Amino acid sequence: MSITVYVPGDSGAIALGANQVAKVLLQEAEQQGLDIQLVRNGSRGMYWLEPLLEVMTDAGRIAYGPVQAGDVKSLIAADFLHGGAHPLKLGVIEELDYFKRQQRLTFARVGLTDPVSLDDYLQHDGFRGLKNALNMSGADIVKQVTDSGLRGRGGAAFPTGIKWNTVLNTASEQKYIICNADEGDSGTFSDRMIMEGDPFVLIEGMIIAGLAVGATQGYIYLRVEYPHAEQALNAAIATAYQAGYLGDNILGSGKRFELEVRLGAGAYVCGEETSLMESLEGKRGLVRFKPPLPAISGLFGKPTVVNNVISLASVPIILDKGGDYYRDFGMGRSRGTLPIQLAGNIKHGGLVESAFGLTLRELLYDFGGGSASGRPIRAVQVGGPLGAFLPESQFDTPLDYEAFAQIWAVLGHGGIVAFDDTVNMAEMARYAMEFCAIESCGKCTPCRIGSTRGMELMSDIISGQNPAKNIPLLRDLCNTLLNGSLCALGGMTPYPVLSALNHFPEDFGLDDQADAAA
Amino acid sequence: MSRYEKDFGTPASTSEQLVTLEIDGFQATVPAGTSVMRAAASIGIEIPKLCATDSLEPFGSCRLCVVQIEGGRGMPASCTTPVNDGMKVVTQNKQLADVRRGIMELYISDHPLDCLTCSANGDCELQDMAGAVGLREVRYNPVETHLNAAKDESNPYFSFDPSKCIVCSRCVRACEETQGTFALTIDGRGFDSKVSPSQNQPFMDSECVSCGACVQACPTATLMEKSVIDNGVPEHAIVTTCAYCGVGCSFRAEMKGEQVIRMVPHKDGKANHGHSCVKGRFAFGYATHKDRITKPMIRASIKDAWQEVSWEEAINHAASELKRIQAKYGKDSIGGITSSRCTNEEVYIMQKLIRAGFGNNNVDTCARVCHSPTGYGLKQTFGESSGTQDFDSVMKADVIMVIGANPTDGHPVFASQMKKRLRQGARLIVVDPREIDLIKKSPHVQADYHLKLRPGTNVALINALAHVIVTEKLMDEAFVNERCDLASFTKWETFIAQEQHSPEATEAITGVPASDVRAAARMYATANNAAIYYGLGVTEHSQGSTTVIGIANLAMATGNLGHDGAGVNPLRGQNNVQGSCDMGSFPHEFPGYRHVSDLETHQLFENAWHAELNSEPGLRIPNMFEAALDSSFMGLYCEGEDIAQSDPDIKHVHAALRAMECVIVQDIFLNETAKFAHVFLPGSSFLEKDGTFTNAERRISPVRRVMSPLAGYQDWEVTQMLSNAMGYPMNYSHPSEIMDEIARLTPSFAGVSYEKIDRLGSVQWPCNDEAPEGTPVMHTEHFLRDNGKGLFMLTEYVATHERTTRMFPLILTTGRILSQYNVGAQTRRTDNVAWHAEDRLEIHPHDAEERGVKTDDWVGIKSRAGETVLRALISERVQPGVVYTTFHFPESGANVITTDNSDWATNCPEYKVTAVQVTKVSHHSEWQQQYHDFSEEQMNLLEQAATHS
Repeated sequence: MSITVYVPGDSGAIALGANQVAKVLLQEAEQQGLDIQLVRNGSRGMYWLEPLLEVMTDAGRIAYGPVQAGDVKSLIAADFLHGGAHPLKLGVIEELDYFKRQQRLTFARVGLTDPVSLDDYLQHDGFRGLKNALNMSGADIVKQVTDSGLRGRGGAAFPTGIKWNTVLNTASEQKYIICNADEGDSGTFSDRMIMEGDPFVLIEGMIIAGLAVGATQGYIYLRVEYPHAEQALNAAIATAYQAGYLGDNILGSGKRFELEVRLGAGAYVCGEETSLMESLEGKRGLVRFKPPLPAISGLFGKPTVVNNVISLASVPIILDKGGDYYRDFGMGRSRGTLPIQLAGNIKHGGLVESAFGLTLRELLYDFGGGSASGRPIRAVQVGGPLGAFLPESQFDTPLDYEAFAQIWAVLGHGGIVAFDDTVNMAEMARYAMEFCAIESCGKCTPCRIGSTRGMELMSDIISGQNPAKNIPLLRDLCNTLLNGSLCALGGMTPYPVLSALNHFPEDFGLDDQADAAA
Repeated sequence: MSRYEKDFGTPASTSEQLVTLEIDGFQATVPAGTSVMRAAASIGIEIPKLCATDSLEPFGSCRLCVVQIEGGRGMPASCTTPVNDGMKVVTQNKQLADVRRGIMELYISDHPLDCLTCSANGDCELQDMAGAVGLREVRYNPVETHLNAAKDESNPYFSFDPSKCIVCSRCVRACEETQGTFALTIDGRGFDSKVSPSQNQPFMDSECVSCGACVQACPTATLMEKSVIDNGVPEHAIVTTCAYCGVGCSFRAEMKGEQVIRMVPHKDGKANHGHSCVKGRFAFGYATHKDRITKPMIRASIKDAWQEVSWEEAINHAASELKRIQAKYGKDSIGGITSSRCTNEEVYIMQKLIRAGFGNNNVDTCARVCHSPTGYGLKQTFGESSGTQDFDSVMKADVIMVIGANPTDGHPVFASQMKKRLRQGARLIVVDPREIDLIKKSPHVQADYHLKLRPGTNVALINALAHVIVTEKLMDEAFVNERCDLASFTKWETFIAQEQHSPEATEAITGVPASDVRAAARMYATANNAAIYYGLGVTEHSQGSTTVIGIANLAMATGNLGHDGAGVNPLRGQNNVQGSCDMGSFPHEFPGYRHVSDLETHQLFENAWHAELNSEPGLRIPNMFEAALDSSFMGLYCEGEDIAQSDPDIKHVHAALRAMECVIVQDIFLNETAKFAHVFLPGSSFLEKDGTFTNAERRISPVRRVMSPLAGYQDWEVTQMLSNAMGYPMNYSHPSEIMDEIARLTPSFAGVSYEKIDRLGSVQWPCNDEAPEGTPVMHTEHFLRDNGKGLFMLTEYVATHERTTRMFPLILTTGRILSQYNVGAQTRRTDNVAWHAEDRLEIHPHDAEERGVKTDDWVGIKSRAGETVLRALISERVQPGVVYTTFHFPESGANVITTDNSDWATNCPEYKVTAVQVTKVSHHSEWQQQYHDFSEEQMNLLEQAATHS
């Protein structure tokens, strides 16, 4: 009877040496005549423990980590295959505190199953949502999603059910489902993890979306820097076609849904839904104006659902367990769970899926264990490069879209990047402008010229030139960007810039906040 | 008229549903789908804007036009926000002003501050907007700028100065949306974004066709006419009509005093909707070219030097010569040739002079050699010698069939509209021996079928299409039963169903695979709306009239007549082909296509003109040449036409001209024909006279004098003087009086007047009591034949006599190119030669290989009629066995090779089929050498006139 060993195929784990671990493990097993079955699972999301090796034992799945190739011999010698003691032994994976405290709905299978095994997926509640959906009307599916309170996890937090309803009610011979998998925010990786670790759940979500709104074609617009996700998705899509989950007769229902992966061309702005569609149509990734909404006139001018990976991957459990089940998680108008990504200067970086309502402080210290450097955390940026910087005084803010909006911050895609007290926030503000300058599509004037001027202006401010002129100019520029930009790239760049200025005026050469506001 | 046209920012909505909203407290009621920006402009509220202009779809990039909407979030752009009922919009407040000023400050941080010396000073939207938003200071300390970007001066007509570019993309969008060439793009992104012709190439090396839409769209001096750079901005504008092709674009001649600074296509022009091509917009310099002859001249023989004389002397001399010849050789020994380039009024009084003053019907026009088969074929079948639609009809067509026409070169502005419709999804069938640009060289346009037939087999192909429609029962029986002559239909149905017309049977003749013919026929017949557009590739054949009739049969059988999106549409070559034919310039017809023998009409004109008129048709152009060589036609008055270059078998034409005793040429240049002339009467260009042109869609448009005639008289005045000298009095004081006479005597023009044309901008005939504002689409209720029914006619295919043999194994066919016009007299005297400085012989690689010919080699082209030499251009556009050339340069001698074969019904020459042999040579042909010597001699004789004076 062979023993199942799990070494993540997640690219984060691979970056930390997982492939070498797997290779050496197989070599050693063959040499030593050990009967093992190696599964390249997804990552459990505890990256400081990667490569995290698990072995299936009678006592459950025992974890060892972080494991390097050189550790394999000693692990074997310690009989890790039967849960033997070893300095790297962590115990039963589900009992690890970091993991145990989470509420994994969307990520329920990530790390647990073989990502490209349909059987494994089915054994772990896979395609149950789809089977329900196949017996429902489009309107009923949309209602479940609306009832669940699910809001777009890409960052804008628009209610998914309302978007779907618009597409459902817009008559057209052809409609599309687009999965926005151009995950480009710094410090975010939840999309990648789920595509690598449980691609079927995304596929299932997209099929359900297609059934809900009457779309027969889906595209996953995947950032080109995610080759492992591409492999996993394509393998899973091929399997799903073979097994009749995709194609022109889904599980014999007579209903149709086609799906393919399209690679982006490496522009951050193509994560913006309208330029994503331009890119998907084969054009320059230029932002379109709205209206018309993509839900009414989207890809190739047809009604189109554009949803983030996590939004779509959350749909199967909603259709499996009902909108009310999902809705019971969370707080206020932020329902369900949010996969949070802890990154930057943090001791325990990784993925935490939990119901809305945790505070930043809980995340940074209870989960994250404080900064990696051991110094005080001075600021965090939440929601990617366009998110606001929050000072320590705001660490008790609960993760809730409205609570964040109240303090002029955003949750975005759930990425949290921590900085310790060595950070210079004026440099961070300059970087925010630089990021905008590098990634601007160049269509609208505020973003096209303003980001470059902002970068130059921040350089002047950092070098102490004429703050009496330059600080008000920076505020005016931010006002122009905020109100004048065509899309959120230019429109949100003021968030990091102004939050840095407002909360950390001393880094801008100003004595206090009053000066900063002048 | 004001220098500039009002810009509403976004295109008009065509919705019939009205929406009422409130803008800054004022009510506006506009069609649904209108932008907030346009709605505001409609009530006089100007919202600042830079990237928006009403010729282009909204883009939303400059962000200057932001507004606030009650109950809405943020500041949406007014150009991209459609109106809603009850919407309340604020266009001005402090918050909006702050954002606008902030944007303008960014623009100006990357813009040269040289307004006072900038060519757009006073005509710059950026300058206007900086003023409108109240920018007073630029506080930035810019490091990165585009201020040192290099200029591109490669285009002869406009310069590109990227240092002044604000990246509004109007040029890029104009190239895409308006012109459909997609030559421009934005290269790079963010701050690096810049306008790039093709792959970052100079304009002249790019795909740019120099239509100038980008220059017109540019809000700054980035893309600027060199004429404006040289002369400054214009101070007044006059609306007139282009004198190039049959599209008949409306232009605003933008002037400084009597100098044309630039031609800007008129937004309200109904034929062109504000678009133009490289000829109309830029190639007007010929009008003031040094070659213009501005003094009347006479000489006794063509061996003599010219002698400049007074107008009085020239006119009297011409009249006395014509009278002398009539006295010696008889009344019928003189005649006149008029031109499709002349105004309607000029043509009308020319034929009046000939019919009433000369006393014969020896008047013909250059339409003889282009669209006479159209006149014949459509008159026979539909009852009227004209196309059935307006140009805008194409926007409703679902299938477009282009036969023997090359719209992107020959009718570029209409081609742009057609391409727009094709990009919207209409299907395209092209019938042409050569691969024209529409087939697959136009971005986002591709022909579904290219029926690449052998030259000369049009009738066989049209019959095959009809055969499929009849035998597969794809006809519109209701239309045929209700609208057509049933007896003729039954006969035709039986005829066309015969097996010899099947695609399988005709494949051997046409070379077009039967399956393609069947598929194309089905596509045409089953479309909701299918339209046919055709050109000289249809008419200039020995069976030109038969093909026109065949096309008419196709349209009738499928019910594609009488409504938008359908029809039979001849694309007229010259500006006034339609009009000159309408005006009675054919020897057998009075104005309005009424036969000279028709008693009632004859009486009408005799009474009106107070003259005895001949009821026998006069000589056609080729008959005039024959008669000249027989010494029975000895005097010719030729206005605006260059028969010595444009007519077939040119050696024969030259011989005929030499045989005449008095050739009077009225033209703006000493053209080829004038080299054989005895009297030269200097003409006036379209910029120097009043009148009207009628385009391919029967649209009568105003031609307005914007500068004084260089020679003192407008052409109609010269003809009037000659008439008076001949003893037939004419006393028009203005061309409007001529039009009034035309209206009185011609039922289809009964409602036309200058007052109406000025009021409506243009009017499409028939214009009379039944259709007081004109007729965009004809035959809507019934055909204009006597019984109101469309007539089917049999179209037996008869192969041309011109066949390939071992001696002449290739077929030569001809066509034209975008940058040059017809015989080139105008365009060769402009910078358009930068695109096309010589005619080339296109030859397929196989045929070239066989002859050892490479591109740029000199090749002799020899036919049964003659021989000429051109440089070769190896190209797969032509099929093996077919060679092709343009005919824009006299020294090319294209018509040395063409033969005297012609259309059986109208004598339209068979320009499109000449059997030739092509060989590699090392020097010009004998004819070319003779032409060169003769031309040089004539130029010397002209120079002597100039030095005498």
